[in-house]
Amino acid sequence: MVAHARADHPDEACGLIAGPEGTGEPQRHIPMINAARSATFYEFDAEEWKQVYDRMWDNDEEVVVAYHSHTHTEAYPSRSDTGIASELGLPGAHYVLVTTKDPDIAEVRSYRIADGVVNEEPIEVTGAPEAVQSYKFAHTPDSTVYDCP
Amino acid sequence: MSIEVRVPTILRPHTGGQKLVTGEGETLAELFDSLDAQHTGLKARVVTDEGALHRFVNVYINDEDVRFIGGLEAKLADGDSITILPAVAGGM
Repeated sequence: MVAHARADHPDEACGLIAGPEGTGEPQRHIPMINAARSATFYEFDAEEWKQVYDRMWDNDEEVVVAYHSHTHTEAYPSRSDTGIASELGLPGAHYVLVTTKDPDIAEVRSYRIADGVVNEEPIEVTGAPEAVQSYKFAHTPDSTVYDCP
Repeated sequence: MSIEVRVPTILRPHTGGQKLVTGEGETLAELFDSLDAQHTGLKARVVTDEGALHRFVNVYINDEDVRFIGGLEAKLADGDSITILPAVAGGM
């Protein structure tokens, strides 16, 4: 997610992590096109989203994580992020925000969004500590901050 | 004429949890009327009071985004598959 956000900077990047229905396990990373191609807005490309959804449907998968980047602001859901997710969103999904405003430190934070209410949730790095460490070192030490109060 | 509709998770409370429902209609507008008769409240999540599609919902007939083929007036044929998806969007 961070690498995708960096690659698309200064535009906002967006994507999904899908997992088997009902498990809540994020298993398949799907970087998406930002149809808005904007530094201040993102929107899934309708055609690509349909193709991705068809494959998830066939695989009995659901959206576990829906992420996007902010390029100039905090990794916190904006008013439009919250409004659109509340109107017709992805219930059960973790909404993850990555900010690329700092060229060296990427901040990653996760939220639940429903009915206009944003609740931050902690991110716990599990499963493959070596992979996470090697990623951090590959991008200079201390470059990834999993920040959550 | 029976039309199959894939329902996104966010709208499944209107369909008793069903992922796949069926409805009838010559056009998309008629289909949503027919769906609403069985699944109360579903139509209002997709269609505005003024009778247009909500801005942040995507509706497809087979693989076609209906915005490009007539919106709610788009014609349906027997065996068409309809998919409703939330438009995933936002900004700073």
